[in-house]
Amino acid sequence: METKAFQKIYTKVDKITKATCSLFASDVGNEELAIVDGRLAQVVMIIGDKVTLQIFSGTEGIPNNAEVVFLGKAPTLKVSDDLAGRFFNAYGEPIDGGPQVEGKDIEIGSPSVNPVKREQPSKLIATGIAGIDLNNTIVTGQKIPFFADPDQPFNQVMAMVALRAQADKIILGGMGLTNDDYLYYKNAFDNAGALDRIISFVNTTENPPIERLLVPDMALTAAEYFAYEKNQKVLVLLTDMTLYCDALSIVSNRMDQIPSKDSMPGSLYSDLAKLYEKAVQFPSGGSITILAVTTLSGGDITHAIPDNTGYITEGQLFLRRDTDIGKVIVDPFRSLSRLKQLVIGKQTREDHPQVMNAAIRLYADAANAKTKLENGFDLTEYDERALKFAKDYSKNLLAIDINIDIELMLDTAWNLFTKYFQPAELGIKKDLVDKYWKNDSN
Amino acid sequence: MKTQGKVIGIIANLVMVEAYGPVSQNEICYIETGGTRLMAEVIKVVEGRAYVQVFESTRGLKLSSDVEFQGHMLEATLGPGMLSKNFDGLQNDLDKMTGIFLKRGEYTPALDDDVDWDFIPLAKVGDNVKGGDWIGEVKENWINHKIMIPFKLTDNFTITFIVGKGKYKITDTIAKLEDIQGNIIDITMQQKWPVKLPIRAYQDKIRPFKLLETGVRTIDTLNPIVEGGTGFIPGPFGCGKTVLQHAISRHAEADLIVIAACGERANEVVELFKEFPELDDPRTGRKLIERTTIVCNTSNMPVAAREASVYTAMTICEYYRSMGLKVLLLADSTSRWAQALREMSNRMEELPGPDAFPMDLPAIISNFYARAGFVILNNEQTGSITFIGTVSPAGGNLKEPVTESTKKAARAFYALSQNRSDSKRYPAIDPIDSYSKYLEYSEVHEYLAKNVSENWLELVYKAKDILLRGKEAYEQINILGDDGVPLEYHEKYWKSEIIDFVILQQDAFDEVDQSTPMQRQKYMLEKVLSITDMKFKFDSFEDVGLYFKRIINQFKQMNYSEYESENYKKYQNELENVLQERKID
Ligand SMILES: Nc1ncnc2c1ncn2[C@@H]1O[C@H](COP(=O)(O)OP(=O)(O)OP(=O)(O)O)[C@@H](O)[C@H]1O
Ligand SMILES: [Mg+2]
Repeated sequence: METKAFQKIYTKVDKITKATCSLFASDVGNEELAIVDGRLAQVVMIIGDKVTLQIFSGTEGIPNNAEVVFLGKAPTLKVSDDLAGRFFNAYGEPIDGGPQVEGKDIEIGSPSVNPVKREQPSKLIATGIAGIDLNNTIVTGQKIPFFADPDQPFNQVMAMVALRAQADKIILGGMGLTNDDYLYYKNAFDNAGALDRIISFVNTTENPPIERLLVPDMALTAAEYFAYEKNQKVLVLLTDMTLYCDALSIVSNRMDQIPSKDSMPGSLYSDLAKLYEKAVQFPSGGSITILAVTTLSGGDITHAIPDNTGYITEGQLFLRRDTDIGKVIVDPFRSLSRLKQLVIGKQTREDHPQVMNAAIRLYADAANAKTKLENGFDLTEYDERALKFAKDYSKNLLAIDINIDIELMLDTAWNLFTKYFQPAELGIKKDLVDKYWKNDSN
Repeated sequence: MKTQGKVIGIIANLVMVEAYGPVSQNEICYIETGGTRLMAEVIKVVEGRAYVQVFESTRGLKLSSDVEFQGHMLEATLGPGMLSKNFDGLQNDLDKMTGIFLKRGEYTPALDDDVDWDFIPLAKVGDNVKGGDWIGEVKENWINHKIMIPFKLTDNFTITFIVGKGKYKITDTIAKLEDIQGNIIDITMQQKWPVKLPIRAYQDKIRPFKLLETGVRTIDTLNPIVEGGTGFIPGPFGCGKTVLQHAISRHAEADLIVIAACGERANEVVELFKEFPELDDPRTGRKLIERTTIVCNTSNMPVAAREASVYTAMTICEYYRSMGLKVLLLADSTSRWAQALREMSNRMEELPGPDAFPMDLPAIISNFYARAGFVILNNEQTGSITFIGTVSPAGGNLKEPVTESTKKAARAFYALSQNRSDSKRYPAIDPIDSYSKYLEYSEVHEYLAKNVSENWLELVYKAKDILLRGKEAYEQINILGDDGVPLEYHEKYWKSEIIDFVILQQDAFDEVDQSTPMQRQKYMLEKVLSITDMKFKFDSFEDVGLYFKRIINQFKQMNYSEYESENYKKYQNELENVLQERKID
């Protein structure tokens, strides 16, 4: 990071804590960047002429006579078409050996879209995964996280979804990504021949945790450039938001703020909403869709991180291992896409909503039967059929390795209905049953 | 002379200002930064130092920036033209803003000063008037919008001049008043009022007594809300708070609706923007948007303005109530407002209460709910504000400060249950945990007896009882197994399921089912209870469920059909046939 002639240089640091340092300085703007002993820092508090700086990479080894240079601006990213195909660190500096990107210098974390200027999200994103397309259909402009335990293959599923989504740009914001996972993404995109559509901002486990705080804003600033200025369909992948929140709590802790639930800062909801609400459908056709990962600990969704996330996002996708079929499935009970009603049965076949609901209801019957069995009660003949149905349904539709189009998903469901049930047991409108019920004759 | 000041400290959007003159609590000021003015509100004064919360991002703000205090609190501008508008939390007209992205420091006028209104005087020269009195009216969409003496004028005045019938703009002088000292005051069609103070231009607030029909059966039938009443909807994420409020906003029997979208998703507001101009208001035949005002501070908009947004919305409601109208205020979600208070109190290093919320949270919430109510105006007309807020409890746990404080303030409690929502029993209002205190009001008893039916209350309690018995039976069946309990347990359970499936559950997305008039709800409850009174003959427990499912199915078909239509009657007949099969006389 170069310094310029008019910048004021200070050499007397007054106080150093684990994440911050303070000094006396004048003419400093709130949230302005500075370089402290060669490390990037940002103004977080000004009281009188005492300025407190948060140092992204930590304060280890910073002396009290460190050189402090104020840069006169908030964090920015240079945006242009040259971002495409490039890999950056949390500061937006290339890590792929390529040249600096030239372009317009944009402040990250800028104001949001005026709500009256938004378009209603309405274009379906087909992923081929029935657990998503059939049961939890997602649309452009939506924000939706995967809720998953750390041992589940969420990065694989997300990469798969991203590649099938036919987005003009895929922007990866990696926070606390292991180097292996980072390379996994890189290879997956490379193998798909998609590298020129990818832009990546990555903070790995090897980088200081506080740096992560810049990643989503960097990714979303790049997304806004392509979606708004270039009218492109942009998909932003944020993984793992739990690690982002952990970094937030470290900072607020060091700033002596009173923690609220689960030692998270009281502003967690607003902090997350500011990011997720960047998902938008622009009237001019461009869109930003956000897929995120929020890892859970022990499946606990009442923890402050998934809880606040759930209150912000437009649904959530739950991954779960189904031991009956030995595969990971998209859990139909706890997953929800709140924007699905905008497209199902409208852009998809008319029977979609009813088939979806009927199948989940029957799957729920099977779950009840299973509980009965576990409690040592006898099963009815209906229970037996429901259990068999559930296994097929899980294997042929819910498993994440399914890749078919929505018509075929619906046909598959009808096949299973016909195999195990009578029309009256479906609770589907009669005219749809007449039309789609799979008689032996057809 | 406005008091000037300089910035002496910045922590996020809390700014400390050295004031060179008098400042008052909640006074508004503007902070100058790089050519833009940021609006802020004084939240604490210590000696010559004011702590202000800035309604915008303070990025780039520097020490010693100039501050100018305005001499007034945060005010709403009130006058004709607020209906159908989309305001932000500070009452800026969002449609007047330029560009796609919100711009810091861009403030737009709430009302349109270029519209001609057809003014009809209701008062004459020589009349004695005071704040809130009606001196004229204009047609705003379909309502008779009363032009009132500004509420701030609490003394007695005499009208010395008033214009005749004609077209005027909100800035035109339409009347002149004289006070006892002989001072003359010009009156226009607009006035200002500080949003944090209640408008009290009425003679009396009485106990509410009139049912406010929402069209949602589980509310109207089981736990009714009343005109001027207060209610709240707590529930974990995704359980249907917003869908329920949107349903109420479409169908409730109110003259006008103010929706405060407070710290929630922008896409949900977009839904209102797109749908309300299309949807018909069955009561007037006009578009729903014509009776609706939206105040929105979505979650990505500045946090400090979130608190302001609910007060702005309430003030707009009070203004319309003073015209003798029946107003409904819906706020989604009041928890976001409480969180905004928490963030600020945190930065001020105030002593925290439970879950780090400010100590005075219960008082703030109850003062706000107290602004709703049914009032008798000074001219003996009546008006009301009914308020229903949602609460988003952390982790879905109702034992948290916002839910608990709200429970003390609101009289109707609509608890959304995760279980019901998981099993898609929408609306997910738990029929057993929820309550309406209004069912205990003798005024409400009288009203229901007179306007619904003599024994209505009895039926309502009977239905509640059956639901409770059904739940108990269900628990026994689960413990002892299907064949481990007497047959009548199954019957009890399934009778409660009829009430659940037929009355409680309601499809918010179905043209017909989404709203049920009271007349039809009366028929449904009476019909359902006549069946739960019946005795049936069963051979085994498996028969019970199958049989009741058939009854439920007939009812469901009826629910999807227009009341008393051909189809409806057909299903009604089929229902009778099904009943005859097993009924014992
Ligand atoms: N009455 C209903 N009929 C059908 N579906 C419903 C109903 N209520 C809720 N849902 C379903 O549940 C989803 C979530 O509902 P909603 O957005 O109202 O939840 P919420 O309680 O407001 O959640 P949050 O606290 O996160 O805002 C809806 O998108 C819809 O799919
Ligand atoms: Mg909601």
